[in-house]
Amino acid sequence: MSELTLPTIRQRPLDPPDELKELRQQAAIHRMTYADGHQGWLVTGYAAARAVLASPHFSNTPDDMHPPIDSSRMRAVADGGKLKVPPGFFLRMDPPEHTRFRKLLTGQFTVRRMKMLEPRIAEITDACLDAMEAAGPSVDLVQEFALPIPSLVICELLGVPYEERVQFQANTKVLANLETKVEDAIAALGNITAYLHGLVQRKRKEPADDLLSGLVESGELTDEELTGVGMLLLVAGHETTANMLGLGTYALLTNPAQLAAMRDDPSVAENGVEELLRYLTIIHLGPIRTALQDVEIEGASIKAGETITLHLPTVNRDSSRFPDGDQLDVSRPASGHLSFGHGIHQCLGQQLARAEMRIAYPALLRRFPGLRLAVTPAEVPMRSDMSIYGVHRLPVTW
Amino acid sequence: MEIQADTTVCIGAGMCALTVPKVFDQSEEEGTVVLLQDVPPQELEEAVRRAVTLCPSGAISISP
Ligand code: HEM
Ligand code: SF4
Repeated sequence: MSELTLPTIRQRPLDPPDELKELRQQAAIHRMTYADGHQGWLVTGYAAARAVLASPHFSNTPDDMHPPIDSSRMRAVADGGKLKVPPGFFLRMDPPEHTRFRKLLTGQFTVRRMKMLEPRIAEITDACLDAMEAAGPSVDLVQEFALPIPSLVICELLGVPYEERVQFQANTKVLANLETKVEDAIAALGNITAYLHGLVQRKRKEPADDLLSGLVESGELTDEELTGVGMLLLVAGHETTANMLGLGTYALLTNPAQLAAMRDDPSVAENGVEELLRYLTIIHLGPIRTALQDVEIEGASIKAGETITLHLPTVNRDSSRFPDGDQLDVSRPASGHLSFGHGIHQCLGQQLARAEMRIAYPALLRRFPGLRLAVTPAEVPMRSDMSIYGVHRLPVTW
Repeated sequence: MEIQADTTVCIGAGMCALTVPKVFDQSEEEGTVVLLQDVPPQELEEAVRRAVTLCPSGAISISP
């Protein structure tokens, strides 16, 4: 039995646990004991992580997947086999089911389509900044900026009518706020599912120029599948981008030279977003996969049925790929990071997330040139125990 | 340099179109890769190589 269990306690809020760095310096892949006693694997090296994500011999379905750590969220994932993947939730499907959904959706998420959404993202950002200014000069940046922008962008994408957005946002906020009690979260989930189901039926009757209508018109998916797709886009696209905006602002406020570069030089923003994605790697407890057959990865023999956890924050600081990787440097070449994953499940919404961040960070920093933390950095509560890393709250002033 | 694209494995992540928009585009219907030119001008070869390593599905390859 391996002595190694997944280290989760960070010594410094923006760096992965030091033990993982030491492990990476020894080897790219390690035997690890899972929360249920399963003898699986942990990947800390960049090349090995890419190899696993690109391999067709690993499954992303919840059947047979073991939880690396014992938390209620992870248990929900582990129980996924019993909970069953809802129709249309293709993140947790393997080919060929996965392929069917992915192909239908990629046409809606092209780089060109996302460029067309940019003016709307800019308007949404400005409106949020106006509201923040009116509520100031001291606010919680998570509530005023990080959460509403991605939520409104998803409304735009799915085609949620304006007059229904306040109610929709109220429910997504409950879901994204992890201090929410389980019962309340389940209730909010039920409300959103019912709402999306109704929205799909309305789009069937009156199609508009939005993603759901486009998918309805393709005629390939049932209402239940379309509801599941809408749900996946919401859960995959809201909390992630929101935490990047919140944690990214924290990282910049605690690294003033990097902040100044992002604010003052528009040509830095694009690359700066890549570097923040790499340095912060908010998907910090996975992805997790299970081997479908015996497979060799970087000299390790992984047996069918064994679970493998890729520790992306550690992988993204591998000095063989990113020299001086523990340093935040918005001018370094950061592309090639695995923060959006790799292989067939690589983030569908990544070009949208990039557009949101490229617009939102500079707009925030230019609107409030004197932006600063209203508490000490150590007082900012971190989401250490959540599957998506970030800040719970970010009290700021200007 | 000549580029080959395999739309059957492409997952439409758009890394190619983002990296070298002069060479790669994505189709309206499926979002899969479309080659705007198979033989890129010399000054774009470096960027095309980068796009090949960034592509998550191995859908684009080059031959000398
Ligand atoms: C900065 C923000 C984001 C980050 C860090 C992120 C990260 C990721 C990662 C790591 C995966 C792969 C998971 C795996 O391999 O198991 C993924 C998949 C996915 N993401 Fe994102 N994401 C972000 C924003 C978005 C947005 C805005 C959307 C949509 C509106 C989105 C939709 C999806 C979907 C649908 C998948 C599943 C793709 C598949 O299975 O083929 N994401 N994301
Ligand atoms: S980067 Fe690869 S997977 Fe993505 S669109 Fe281009 S060819 Fe397809």
